[in-house]
Amino acid sequence: MAIFLNSGSRILVQGITGQEGTKHTRRMVTSGTNVVAGVTPGKGGQVVDGIPVFDSVGEAVAATGADTSVVFVPPKFTKGAVLESIDAAIPLCIVITEGVPVLDTAEFFQYAQNAGTTRIVGPNCPGVISPGQSNAGIIPGDITVPGRIGLVSKSGTLTYQMMYELRDFGFSTCVGIGGDPIIGTTHIDCLAAFEADPDTDAIVMIGEIGGDAEERAAAFIKDNVSKPVVGYVAGFTAPEGKTMGHAGAIVSGSAGTAAGKQEALEAVGVKVGRTPSATAAIMREIMSAL
Amino acid sequence: MDLYEYQAKHLFGVHGVPVVPGEVCTTPEAAHEAARKIGTTVVVKAQVKAGGRGKAGGVKLAESPDEAQARAADILGMDIKGHTVHRVLVTEAAEIADEYYVSFLLDRANRCYLAMASVEGGMEIEEVAATKPEALAKIRVDALEGCTPEKAAEIADAANFPAEVRDQVIVVLEKLWDVLVKEDATLVEVNPLVRTPDNRIVALDGKVTLDGNADYRHASHTDFIDHDSSDPLELRAAEFDLNYVKLSGQVGVIGNGAGLVMSTLDVVAYAGEEFGGMKPANFLDIGGGASAEVMANGLDIILGDPEVKAVLVNVFGGITACDAVANGVVQAIAMLETRGAPVTKPIVCRIDGNNAIEGRRILTEAALPIVELVETMDDAARRVAQLAAQGA
Repeated sequence: MAIFLNSGSRILVQGITGQEGTKHTRRMVTSGTNVVAGVTPGKGGQVVDGIPVFDSVGEAVAATGADTSVVFVPPKFTKGAVLESIDAAIPLCIVITEGVPVLDTAEFFQYAQNAGTTRIVGPNCPGVISPGQSNAGIIPGDITVPGRIGLVSKSGTLTYQMMYELRDFGFSTCVGIGGDPIIGTTHIDCLAAFEADPDTDAIVMIGEIGGDAEERAAAFIKDNVSKPVVGYVAGFTAPEGKTMGHAGAIVSGSAGTAAGKQEALEAVGVKVGRTPSATAAIMREIMSAL
Repeated sequence: MDLYEYQAKHLFGVHGVPVVPGEVCTTPEAAHEAARKIGTTVVVKAQVKAGGRGKAGGVKLAESPDEAQARAADILGMDIKGHTVHRVLVTEAAEIADEYYVSFLLDRANRCYLAMASVEGGMEIEEVAATKPEALAKIRVDALEGCTPEKAAEIADAANFPAEVRDQVIVVLEKLWDVLVKEDATLVEVNPLVRTPDNRIVALDGKVTLDGNADYRHASHTDFIDHDSSDPLELRAAEFDLNYVKLSGQVGVIGNGAGLVMSTLDVVAYAGEEFGGMKPANFLDIGGGASAEVMANGLDIILGDPEVKAVLVNVFGGITACDAVANGVVQAIAMLETRGAPVTKPIVCRIDGNNAIEGRRILTEAALPIVELVETMDDAARRVAQLAAQGA
């Protein structure tokens, strides 16, 4: 099973002929992903590593039955690329691109909401991997194994770190939701999907400073999640008013602090690790006891 | 990027939000000249990116150019909440009958925009929200529909703007929305928006936050970069295109990925508690491509901070291969030697993930006396804190 992505997923790469698009398409294919099409406007008819390239998402979907799009196009063209996926009613659109203006994201997110047929993940995210089944994005395919832990994280490298720490247990699905102020899929969306997934036994949730997504996730966990959840929050030492790498990672006044997030999670019974390793240790204990 | 009041008002002017005439000055003499040109009673306002300027004595009335000069002399150089005042804005003193509040901001939780408005402006809006929440109207603004005249009317009516200024407020809201969309702002705020005794509506103060991701479509926004109140190391890092934030500790930190670097800072701070309170000195995310040059520039910036006593390089190779990172460290140290700035402070490296074994071999074989390899992130943090404490 897993969430969002499985062995039946048919992947389409938007921006496949670009340097990043080509490089990561190869990596995805190497980790067993079924990449069925690429899209680059004006380059329809070309072939990248045996994968047919189309001028538009609509044509690619019609010809290949692609159901998941991974977007690698530069920030300037990201909104247009995502709108195209939504117009083609692609069920899942994963936006890897970093540096998309938030106004563009707000617009394509609303457009997707209005259409009601496309889930967006990202932007500024590493993608989604269901180890052993499919890998849509830039997450390394060989640092962990299939298993029964679900992982949702704002940060790419902390996702990798956690996948690697818990490689003795493995993961059903890992979702990098991205570090931008507006993202298409939230912690809550992933928690709900993991709760419903019969192949996930426990969930690791990684958050960081900025916004109140973790606090909202805590409220959601209280009423809706019965599976064990272990949390980690980065940014306790971040100063107020400074953007820490991710566009959304900023403490504003007393809002968005790591301490506040930890407190909210602990208040609903989520065990929060002090370091990534300590977090992994808590999860290891939980998995061993199941 | 947060703008100064005078910069925010400049953008207001460009998009037709009414403001009073004014001039930004860096010397008392310039303030004299500005007041003379304006010709009325003026207000001399400290330009700092912090609230509570009035309470701190950073906003003063002046009846004459001489007085404006004297007030500017008082205010320039003042410290307001840790910000030194380098500029004052000299503006016409508007007559105030009423003070209101209006803003548009990004609503992260609901993934849309939010308009906020109140006829109780002038004080901190957080205070209004806390003490009189019913006096603060909050209206959702759809990113695709924007602030239409109907939406602006909805906002104005929800906040109960009086009839004599309602139509003007609606127009101001539409123009303010223009500022948000056309300048790619994530916040536009006017507090206070005032009604003059003759029922004109004027933005007396302004706050704008711009979205750095949209800089590519606003060449003119580079003019807003603040060179005198930025940290010199942060400015240099920006020239190298490095994602660096200066903190006030003794342990320099280099890592890849914003989340991992934030996490590294925390883990260093925890470890530092055991060693006389050593703290992280900076945030530095070198991203995916940890080339020797990027590593050298990063080390260069970090070691340019005299407080730094030891450095932690913490990389998890996802896409990045650890052998490339290890080569980067070795070559960076050689590169800094040839730049005439040899590294003398200890560097603790923790590299894991993609090709870690090869990366560790490279570092071990290079046998650099200042470089120490530690297996885990927690142990590396402890070791670097210990080394920093020894060097402090």
